[in-house]
Amino acid sequence: MASVTLEKVNKRFGSTRVIEDVSLDISDGEFVVFVGPSGCGKSTLLRLIAGLESITHGDLMIDDTRVNNMTPPERGIGMVFQSYALYPHMSVYDNIAFGLKLAKSDRQTVDERVRQTAKILQLDGLLDRLPKALSGGQRQRVAIGRAMAREPRILLFDEPLSNLDAALRVQTRNEIAHLHERLGATMIYVTHDQVEAMTLADRIVVLNEGHVEQTGSPRELYERPGSRFVAGFIGSPKMNFLTVKARREGGAGCRISVPGMGEHVLSRQLNSDSEGGAVTLGVRPEHLKPVAATGAVGFNILNVEYLGSEAYLYLETPDGEPLVCRTEAPSAFARGERVTLDFAPHQAHLFDHEGRALPPVDASEARVSATMS
Amino acid sequence: MSLRMLKSILLKIGFWALVAVLVLYAVFPFYYAVVTSLKPSSELFEVSYWVDSIDFFNYAAVLSQPTFLAAIRNSVLVAVSVVIIALLLGLTAAWALGRVRFRGRTMVMMIVLGVSMFPQVAVLSGLFEVIRTLDLYNSPGGLILSYTIFTLPFTVWILTTFMRQLPDELEEAAIVDGASPWITLTKVFMPLLWPAMVTTGLLAFIAAWNEFLFALTFTLTDTQRTVPVAIALISGGSQYELPWGPIMAASVIVTVPLVVLVVIFQRRIVSGLTAGAVKG
Amino acid sequence: MAAQESNDAPSENARYPGGNGSSRPSAEGPHRERGTRVRRQRVRAAWLFLTPMLIGLAVVAGWPLMRTFWFSLTDASLSSLGGAQFIGFENYLVFDNGWYGILADPLWWQSVWNTLYFTLISVSLEAVLGVIVAMVLNARFRGRTLVRAAMLIPWAIPTVVSAKIWAWMLNDQFGIINHMLLGVGLIDTPLSWTADASLSMWAVIMVDVWKATPFVALLVLAALQMLPSDCYEAARVDGISPVKVFFRVTLPLITPALLVAVIFRALDALRVFDVIYVLTSNAASTMTMSIYARQQLVEFQDVGYGSAASTLLFMIIALVTVVYLYLGRHRLGGGK
Ligand SMILES: Nc1ncnc2c1ncn2[C@@H]1O[C@H](COP(=O)(O)OP(=O)(O)OP(=O)(O)O)[C@@H](O)[C@H]1O
Ligand SMILES: [Mg+2]
Repeated sequence: MASVTLEKVNKRFGSTRVIEDVSLDISDGEFVVFVGPSGCGKSTLLRLIAGLESITHGDLMIDDTRVNNMTPPERGIGMVFQSYALYPHMSVYDNIAFGLKLAKSDRQTVDERVRQTAKILQLDGLLDRLPKALSGGQRQRVAIGRAMAREPRILLFDEPLSNLDAALRVQTRNEIAHLHERLGATMIYVTHDQVEAMTLADRIVVLNEGHVEQTGSPRELYERPGSRFVAGFIGSPKMNFLTVKARREGGAGCRISVPGMGEHVLSRQLNSDSEGGAVTLGVRPEHLKPVAATGAVGFNILNVEYLGSEAYLYLETPDGEPLVCRTEAPSAFARGERVTLDFAPHQAHLFDHEGRALPPVDASEARVSATMS
Repeated sequence: MSLRMLKSILLKIGFWALVAVLVLYAVFPFYYAVVTSLKPSSELFEVSYWVDSIDFFNYAAVLSQPTFLAAIRNSVLVAVSVVIIALLLGLTAAWALGRVRFRGRTMVMMIVLGVSMFPQVAVLSGLFEVIRTLDLYNSPGGLILSYTIFTLPFTVWILTTFMRQLPDELEEAAIVDGASPWITLTKVFMPLLWPAMVTTGLLAFIAAWNEFLFALTFTLTDTQRTVPVAIALISGGSQYELPWGPIMAASVIVTVPLVVLVVIFQRRIVSGLTAGAVKG
Repeated sequence: MAAQESNDAPSENARYPGGNGSSRPSAEGPHRERGTRVRRQRVRAAWLFLTPMLIGLAVVAGWPLMRTFWFSLTDASLSSLGGAQFIGFENYLVFDNGWYGILADPLWWQSVWNTLYFTLISVSLEAVLGVIVAMVLNARFRGRTLVRAAMLIPWAIPTVVSAKIWAWMLNDQFGIINHMLLGVGLIDTPLSWTADASLSMWAVIMVDVWKATPFVALLVLAALQMLPSDCYEAARVDGISPVKVFFRVTLPLITPALLVAVIFRALDALRVFDVIYVLTSNAASTMTMSIYARQQLVEFQDVGYGSAASTLLFMIIALVTVVYLYLGRHRLGGGK
């Protein structure tokens, strides 16, 4: 098993910069997930680590050895591709054994490893089949088996589940998590599905336009997004953003006035830029508490989405900005009604006009009570 | 209402008539060759549209000629060797041209395309010299060598087209598994490309089997000739006394294998022809 | 061009067409990217894999072509290739109490004319017939596969064989064509197709059209089968007559494929040899440039003169190719 270190890694295609100054430390046995919107460079970064693309600039170290100039097998990586890329003319056995044979393992070792891998992935009965005679989930497992048969130090996955249907995705996701526990290998996993990211990762790396936006555990990213981008990316449905006015309040906190939700005091430090100016308030749908409104105040309910376990209210602010709010199902509200919204200040986030999160005043003071005016 | 029905019936009749005419046009000459070849020589000069009595005399005459048998042997030897060589060189070249991007690739493609447009006559004297230098004159070896000039370019071209269609991730998987380019080509791509290889091999075979100019020029003696030359040179006492019966029999003998191949593999041949041309 | 180097294998293939062509900015600094090991290994392998083919082509095409060019400037003869003397352009044109050389040979000029005439007529006929055949094969009817296989037969028959078969069918005394024509009363005396100077070119064209139409038809058919059906449905809904649909919709859409087929055929027709050699031998009325060159080279053993004729043929074909590529590029450039 191995650690991976990226130091100011850059990648260009011609004159387009696809990866910019990415530095990252991945420790031995860690499960790291790269997420980000389409085209942000996740696959490219993974392929740089794999050795399928060359690094334009910067260093890539595996276990403190610079590997920029090594081939994928020399780096000791295994990779699972989005399309599985199984060798269509080889049986499952041969697919798994291919890399082992090329590594000049003797016959007995090959056979042992293949059978062992097959057992771990429950492919025992399928070894003689051709890939075309397998289901999607089974193919996926063969692809994983092929990647891990050589006992690589690092396993790379590029959106391995995106070709599976929803149920199978959940199942395979669990299997991958289980596999990580069992093998203890360092794993790097690319996805744009944040549920996969949240459930699998020890640490998530959020990429945006080729640079690292934030890294952290799923919980850190969810609770303390470092930027509006991350806040919007992690969590589903998306965090609500509202433009509000803020001014300093008391020692270090600030007072914001939210159209339609009154005034709140948050323990966030305004920086000089945002003092008195417009900042962005972010509150997750699950942190908004709707209360039936009386009279003309509050928000109009445009739509109610019933999902069985929960329901979503689609609202509109007086300024016409959309808002989503989660309630228990069945919802007590119906389309056309009005609600007022409330939220706990410690669950609200503030971002300056550049999208950076405003830091809390102090961790211990985080729970300052809110006042309704 | 009934006018429309009449019109559609007429259209249908017209269509089938057209199909019939086209099929007749395409098939009749060969059919007529078969008919002629099966006639006894006494009836040869009476035109008839079908065979009344089958007589294998012409076939016996042709097949009892050692030079014709030698010609068939030479043709098979030459065509098969040409196919093997063209596929071997074509596959490796197609991997390079289809799957690797490198400086000079476009130039190589242009060279290949350019050679496929060479008129054979333009290299005749130079090639004659090469063949004599290599001591291959009047031997199948000289033909095998010279036929690469037209089989290799289109083999490379068609195989490159097919090679490009293989998914990138498959090759990347092989790279991650530690496969060298040679292993990737032979163990991963070749098994997947066999339909394309059958197609190109077939086209190369037909081209080599049918070639005439080089075979005529680079062979001298009856025993070294290929079938097309042998047929072209079958002669009677004078120009006006050609032995048409045996000529037709010989023609049928060398054509039947091709017609069978074409009918069996027509789909593949069509895909090969269009792959080679559409990309051009 | 520089971008090509930085792209990696194998994702370089057509995945990001926008990726090439853009040049690397000079501001990149001293660390020039050299590609991964894998990539360098692949480029090396690519050249290695190309080597046999390139050597092959050099031996059978490049070198012989150069030698042909050289011979055309010498007085080489078939028996003494080695002892050839340089004589400049005398094989092409020389003044020695009157003009001599190929360019002064009326027979050569006739062969040029014959070649062009043959190419123009036969390729045009093949294009028209090819489209008709393709349209028929594109229709859905029972036995289509069989009909298509039947259409391929002329293409598969060796040229020599088809020339022989047609020679027999066109035989002046016992040929079935004359028999048919006499039977329906189109002619009243048998025609000697291959011997009569005014007919022999048509006989040759007839055979070539018969043999080559399937090729054109197949390429056009492939294009037809890729046409989007919604065009037709729209046309049908608009109540446009089928003839109009053909000329307004179908023909423009299959034109690219037809052009490819036509250029392939034209290049073949310009270097035509076998059909004519077998059908009418070296007769002047059907002599083409290839026949002329080979006759000089082999039968008259005049390698110098014959090579000059070959060189001229090569030049003409190269010119046609270049013009075609140039026009093709312009058309594409304008269309995209
Ligand atoms: N070979 C290449 N040549 C040029 N540009 C490329 C190449 N490969 C990737 N890119 C560009 O780099 C950017 C990042 O691509 P990448 O495939 O890494 O995105 P991604 O984050 O994996 O997206 P997705 O979620 O859609 O898979 C894209 O803008 C893409 O167009
Ligand atoms: Mg990707």
